[in-house]
Amino acid sequence: MSEDVGIIVRVSGFVVEARLDGDLSISERVWVGEPRLAGEVIALRSDGATIQVYEDTQGLRPGEPIVGSGQPLSAVLGPGLLGNLFDGIQRPLDALKASSGDFIGRGIETPSLDPERRWTFVPRADQGAAVVAGQLLGVVQETELLEHRILVPPDLGGRLAWLAGEGELGVEDRVAVIETAGGDEVPLPLAQRWHVRRPRPVGARLRPDVPLITGQRAIDTFFPLAKGGNAAIPGGFGTGKTVLQHSLARWSDADVVVYIGCGERGNEMTEVLEEFPELTDPWTGRPLMERTVLIANTSNMPVSAREASIYTGITIAEYYRDQGHDVALMADSTSRWAQALREIAGRLGEMPVEEGYPAYLAARLAAFYERAGRVRTLGGDESSVTVIGAVSPPGGDFSEPVTRHTQRFVQGWLALDADLAHRRHYPAIDWLGSYALQADAVASWWTDEVGPRWPENRRRALDLLQEESGLQDLVQLVGPDALSDEQRWTLSGARLVREGFLQQNALHPVDAYAVPERQALLLDLLLTAHRLGRRRLEAGDPLDEIQRELDLSTLIQLRQEVPNDALDRLRERRDALRTELDGLDGESDGAAGDHDEPDEPKEDTREEEEGA
Amino acid sequence: MITDLVREYHGAQHLAGPILIVEGIDDARSMEMVEIVSPGGDVRLGQVQETAEGRAVVQLFSGSDGLHLPDLTIRLRGRPFATPVGREMLGRVLDGLARPRDGLPAPVPETRVEAGGTAINPAARAYPRQHIETGISAIDGMNTLVRGQKLPIFSGNGLPHDELAAQVATHARAGAGEEDFAIVLAAMGVSHDTAERFRDALEGSGALEQSTLFLNLADDPPIERLITPRAALSLAEFLAFVHGMHLLVILTDMTNYGEALREVANRRGEIPTRKGFPGYLYSDLASLYERCGRIAGREGSITIMPMLTMPSDDITHPIPDLTGYITEGQIVLDRDLDRRGVDPPINVLPSLSRLMKDGIGEDETRADHQDVANQLYAAYSEVTSARSLAQIIGEDDLPGRQKRYLRFGEAFEQRFLNQPRGEGRTMTETLDLAWRMLDLLPREELTRIDDRHLDAHHRPQAGGAEAIGRSADTGRPDGEE
Repeated sequence: MSEDVGIIVRVSGFVVEARLDGDLSISERVWVGEPRLAGEVIALRSDGATIQVYEDTQGLRPGEPIVGSGQPLSAVLGPGLLGNLFDGIQRPLDALKASSGDFIGRGIETPSLDPERRWTFVPRADQGAAVVAGQLLGVVQETELLEHRILVPPDLGGRLAWLAGEGELGVEDRVAVIETAGGDEVPLPLAQRWHVRRPRPVGARLRPDVPLITGQRAIDTFFPLAKGGNAAIPGGFGTGKTVLQHSLARWSDADVVVYIGCGERGNEMTEVLEEFPELTDPWTGRPLMERTVLIANTSNMPVSAREASIYTGITIAEYYRDQGHDVALMADSTSRWAQALREIAGRLGEMPVEEGYPAYLAARLAAFYERAGRVRTLGGDESSVTVIGAVSPPGGDFSEPVTRHTQRFVQGWLALDADLAHRRHYPAIDWLGSYALQADAVASWWTDEVGPRWPENRRRALDLLQEESGLQDLVQLVGPDALSDEQRWTLSGARLVREGFLQQNALHPVDAYAVPERQALLLDLLLTAHRLGRRRLEAGDPLDEIQRELDLSTLIQLRQEVPNDALDRLRERRDALRTELDGLDGESDGAAGDHDEPDEPKEDTREEEEGA
Repeated sequence: MITDLVREYHGAQHLAGPILIVEGIDDARSMEMVEIVSPGGDVRLGQVQETAEGRAVVQLFSGSDGLHLPDLTIRLRGRPFATPVGREMLGRVLDGLARPRDGLPAPVPETRVEAGGTAINPAARAYPRQHIETGISAIDGMNTLVRGQKLPIFSGNGLPHDELAAQVATHARAGAGEEDFAIVLAAMGVSHDTAERFRDALEGSGALEQSTLFLNLADDPPIERLITPRAALSLAEFLAFVHGMHLLVILTDMTNYGEALREVANRRGEIPTRKGFPGYLYSDLASLYERCGRIAGREGSITIMPMLTMPSDDITHPIPDLTGYITEGQIVLDRDLDRRGVDPPINVLPSLSRLMKDGIGEDETRADHQDVANQLYAAYSEVTSARSLAQIIGEDDLPGRQKRYLRFGEAFEQRFLNQPRGEGRTMTETLDLAWRMLDLLPREELTRIDDRHLDAHHRPQAGGAEAIGRSADTGRPDGEE
């Protein structure tokens, strides 16, 4: 249905007021004015509506028509999403380019998914059977690796009156007919629609306790993400949010990645577009683009579509989740989305509460991050959506509203620090200001799958960094000469962790990505070296000699030198250090390869802290 | 947009600053260009900001003094604000609205384009990968500029940012083919003096014929500043993407631009956010900065170098802050370095070029470039912490390692950052000079550099190893804040 329902009476920026003589619903997708610009109803009165327009409103004037669609702003969900680049309201940017050239035109209607493209549908249900929401109807091999499952939509159930046989279908072709309990026959096309502002229902929510492996040591080992968890990456400009989000999009062990460039740079999207088809997924060896959906509303594209882009993205993510896939969604940057909310609120004359933001800012942020989760789908599969949002605090000030409210709703907090970034310590994750509430939940995965020492090594490394921070304060007060040799060695240990483990060069072929086992071995090696040094100090060896013989700069280089498929080199080196350590310990406790001794006596560290 | 007939109305009802409200209009188009004609024939330009049945809100682009509301003729042009573009505009000095300022007749435009521009489709962009040699070591060596990049200079009042920009423009032009390289300068609210210096610098290097200057000076109406960069960028886009030229666009001073935007927003009664700037400052700045880049399948490119003076040298002020979020890095000038006679006083630690990684390396500059830059950064940050330590315990009591870094820091600032004005260094000279600085440090400190580059270039000065001494790991900077 699409008919004239009213006329424009006022145009102010991207907000249009209409006088209605027909019917509109809230959130309804409308066409605005003679150029038929895309819009959405955001407020209704007895005789009028307020519409936000997703395109430049230049040239509109009072009296031009408003056309309703009868449908809410929806995402089109079906095969062909992967590998595509959409704008904030899911128009494929390639198709826009084909129709309006290198610069984005207005009022262009393009189907989200190419209706000409044929997909081989293989039925997996019995005609005539009773079906429920989320049940499998058939599959389409969308990419080499991803089986796209066509399901009964979440709000539908009944008898499967008809199902297409195996064959070629387009996204608009009918794939099934469902007869509801009321006797209505509902035809289903291959691609379905879903209202983007409404979370897709699930069977049950599960506890996220499997880590999302990202290959980034500072994340996986120190501040792990869980599949189905959520996290925020706050950081001022130049701290590396985008590089980190790109690394996560490249390396995460998700089946599907949805990357939303929300109000960010055009060149960054181009970079992804040029690189991802060339890069291979380390988990499957296939081009990364085959598992990626990109959504771009760059900072010069209309601000209202920025607000929609987040919802378009998360709806696509949920759709793949419902098929049983693990999905990771990166939103860069959620602050631009919040600013779009602010701008819309301002145009509507809503009362601002803090820094111009509307009162519902916190509620919107909460609702967005809550759409992450590990779930049992309606169809009975276990799957997840992990949400990682970048936050861009103005002036790097974490006390501003978006950062502060986001922190209330996320489980992972990867705070980026300008000072570390200035020093080119990347990723500039501030180890003292970051946390991962999911670390305990994923610890058992690490101990089961990788090795028993993960929780304790992680703790010990964090302790070293904490001690370093205290000692640095001391040095600032009284100078380095006041430190004991033990304390100096603690600083060396912290340096090993910082430079040899936490720093990771996203551009280095070997360093960019480390499998979990490599992370665990490397950390174990560095900490073993540090313990060995400490034992030798205790045994009376001079510090210079220990530093020379253990050769810190070589240890620091290991992260760039030993690739994922040569872990024996790390293992041998670690074992050699261990053997030496055991020799010093005297009370050798077992084979070097499966060394599982508890933490060293805590007294050591306490003494140092007392010294400080 | 469809060009309607021009419509005329008589009289306006309300004027506050640059905001004019005209009643009795039903058909004003959003963002339509408006001519406000006084009885004497004086024409001022404006744009419809808001249109409703019976009312249009018009924003003027010139001062409003002397306007007498009942006598005005309001002429709606039926099309958006358009600005002339064309090759003939090169070599000319224009005002902030692209009218001649050099006493010559108006250049004949090839066409007129909508000043606001249209977003480049991200799918149509080509990623910038070709470096521009600026001749300045701190930029070329550590913050390489890439063709199609937007790289601002964050400065403070009294710092030599104009000279730096002029030098970049001159040298960049020398590196490119003279024919297809052009400079567009948009000056917003700068003094006559500054504008003259730019002009002289360009003239001195012979670049003036290939440059267009859009000058909105300090005593011109502030409101024109909202159009000046758009007129300039429209010309740049036309030259780059229609004529296939490589453009360097210098926008100065963005702080003045932002303040003009704030003034208009304030007059319109919009809700202020940080420091009174409107919530859309980010989007508005992006609508300028994002006009840079390259387009796949087209020859030319637009590189934008916005300059801004940070009020009170505060980098967290909304204008530098939001600029930094949009641009692909920043070059930060530092008052302390300037006082110590380092010229250009580029503080490399907060400076960054995000596109550097793709514009350097074996094929573009040299294989060791990235490692050298990383190491210089790491080493210079050691200098900072060694200096703060020296302030507490005195330089004499510093451990050997820190003393060594102090020496490195002095040399780095005086010999690497500092360079005589007008003397451009080649990329090779810059990188070799960087190695001479690193020679002051022993090899074990150079953990950011690949062994093969160390073998090839590093010639440590005698006495490197012993100076490391027993206090090797004290005074590390990380985590101290």
